[in-house]
Amino acid sequence: MKTNGGAALIKALELEGVDVIFGLPGGAILPVYDPIIDSPIRHILVRHEQGAGHMAEGYAHATGRPGVAMVTSGPAATNIITPLADAYMDSVPMVVITGQVGTAGIGTDAFQEVDTVGITRSVTKHNELVTNAADIPRIVREAFHIATTGRPGPVLIDIPKDLVDPTNPNSALDWYWPDSVDLAGYNPRLDGDPALIKDAAQLIIAAERPVIYSGGGILKARAAESLLALAELLDIPVVTTLMARGTMPDDHPLCLGMPGMHGNYTAVTAMQESDLLIALGSRFDDRVTGKVDAFAKNAKIIHVDIDPAELGKVRRPDVGITGDCRLVIDELITALKQIGAPEVQPDRSAWKSTISGWQEKYPLTYVQSEPGDLLKPQYVLEQLRDNTPDDCIVASGVGQHQMWTAQYWKFNHPYTWINSGGLGTMGFAVPAAIGAKVGRPDRMVWAVDGDGCFQMTAQELVTAAAERIPVKIAILNNAYLGMVRQWQEMFYEERYSEVYLSPDLPDYKMWAESMGCVGMRVEAPEDVLPAIQRANEVDDRPVVIDFRTDAREKVFPMVPSGKSNSDIVVGPEGLR
Amino acid sequence: MSPATRHHILSVLVENKPGVLARVSGLFARRGFNIFSLAVAPTDDPTRSRITIVVDVESAPLEQITKQLDKLINVLQIDELAPIDAVERELMIVTVTVTPASKPALLSLTEEYSGAVLDEAGDRITVSLGGTPEALDAFTSQMGTAVVAYQRTGRIALPRITS
Repeated sequence: MKTNGGAALIKALELEGVDVIFGLPGGAILPVYDPIIDSPIRHILVRHEQGAGHMAEGYAHATGRPGVAMVTSGPAATNIITPLADAYMDSVPMVVITGQVGTAGIGTDAFQEVDTVGITRSVTKHNELVTNAADIPRIVREAFHIATTGRPGPVLIDIPKDLVDPTNPNSALDWYWPDSVDLAGYNPRLDGDPALIKDAAQLIIAAERPVIYSGGGILKARAAESLLALAELLDIPVVTTLMARGTMPDDHPLCLGMPGMHGNYTAVTAMQESDLLIALGSRFDDRVTGKVDAFAKNAKIIHVDIDPAELGKVRRPDVGITGDCRLVIDELITALKQIGAPEVQPDRSAWKSTISGWQEKYPLTYVQSEPGDLLKPQYVLEQLRDNTPDDCIVASGVGQHQMWTAQYWKFNHPYTWINSGGLGTMGFAVPAAIGAKVGRPDRMVWAVDGDGCFQMTAQELVTAAAERIPVKIAILNNAYLGMVRQWQEMFYEERYSEVYLSPDLPDYKMWAESMGCVGMRVEAPEDVLPAIQRANEVDDRPVVIDFRTDAREKVFPMVPSGKSNSDIVVGPEGLR
Repeated sequence: MSPATRHHILSVLVENKPGVLARVSGLFARRGFNIFSLAVAPTDDPTRSRITIVVDVESAPLEQITKQLDKLINVLQIDELAPIDAVERELMIVTVTVTPASKPALLSLTEEYSGAVLDEAGDRITVSLGGTPEALDAFTSQMGTAVVAYQRTGRIALPRITS
């Protein structure tokens, strides 16, 4: 069948099962926007290309399916670099299609030309400049394969305009669809080495103070059930990193919650005092380890990751296993049972009572506001948590509000927490929540955002209003770039430099209303719940609530940057 | 030149496609590691190229870079070649000034290095020489100030044949 590059691209996306594209047209990608009219694929017209990228990420986080974004060349391509970098850091499956100037114009400083594959090389798992229209079906097939297998990540396809323009002979091709993908240099190993699995099982069965260190890879591998089975078989506690909140239900007695710079005392200290860390799909990020030399000094390490480049990158494992977390955990469970688990393990009652002692002594705490004072952000989060469905999806931006949400929310299901962990992208929440709602229209989706973050990507609420995507946004408005303010207060002698934003400029309620959303403002504790209840009832448009919160409130516990995790500061009084 | 102990030779088999060299070299550039020499050409299979990279780097970061190189979709195979386990050659063309008195010595040295005279005019002569990188180093230092210009290919290497 004779076809052209543009029609072939859309058909290839349909065959890959794409049901939605987040995008914004422009000159170089224009010919592809014509066949979209006749395609069953839903296109969501964003207001800024960064929004398209984060929406695709939110969609992928919530559904496990690759998010797809399509934008034009030049400034559109540069606008989507932040989402690409974000997806690369957090291993989010995403396929981004960028238009490029015509083949003859490449390298001539043509209008809206940038070297997109050059610029995005270090923030994509793979990228490809199409040089021949006949390659389009194969390249699309390969892009989805690469984005979704092994360690997932973003793949970019850059397509010159002449190859998709049906009026240009360069766009002609005979349609085909490859039966399979043949990439000689890409063969992710999925099953673990049996000898290493046995070694790991021996370490586990002998450990006296083991801790499972669950990372985002558990979600990517759809391994939450296997993780639970492993933890319950051996009665081993689990910490869930920022990227892994929800991999183990927070209400499960073995779940210790979040470790790291703003982790709770028990999760941080259990890792620090353990004699065996079982790292599953986690990468010893600096925000988790604190000072690496002082991190879990007496612990042996089992490290399971599908990416062999993670093994030994930060901490050399005693047993490093390359493989898919779900398969490896299942293999590990079999191996453990073969050597007599759970019966043959040492008595760990002392370790368990040490841990429960920490939990009793060092819970997360805050002091409720005095009448007339601004809201405590933690209080708002507790109300939100307790008055939304158990399977509500929550997205966040980056900063204090993100840490409080990670701490105070009860994540009892995987794929309910969506945030920017590795890159720390302010402005992530609004578009990510929109993408999540598009992917999971059956779920309630809330974004918890900061006032600084909200101002970076709020325009996408216009997209959400126009497309009738009823997301709900809780702005914890403390009128500051709060996390920076916290560091300036604690480490720069309260010399506040360029962090004040004003609570009233912009007027968030009016801004929300002007974007077609329901807008509310809440200042008193007794008004928090009614506002949340009202927001929960709105299902035909987005809702924005401007919660006026106390700027003096800081995120605790905190391991100061560069310090050992043993130097954790539990609260504002600075005492352990 | 840095101490030879920090020299590592990587033999990287890649797809013969545009941009692949940039992907490979970018991983070194990102970490600020200097590529000491680089030789690239298609292999017996024209869809594949072999890149021989000599890089000054400690062993630990090299292990990390090697793993990251292996993640590149267009990279098919990576071998780190310990000098003892590899055969290496490098080609050099060099222009030197000669006098009637010094010319016979140069010609005999060239012959010793299995070289050939490529060009000759006035008091200058250009010869090509092949050998181990160390032998080429020795040649240039022996020529001393007579060397006008030279160009080396960077080393190429293959693993020793094991029976």
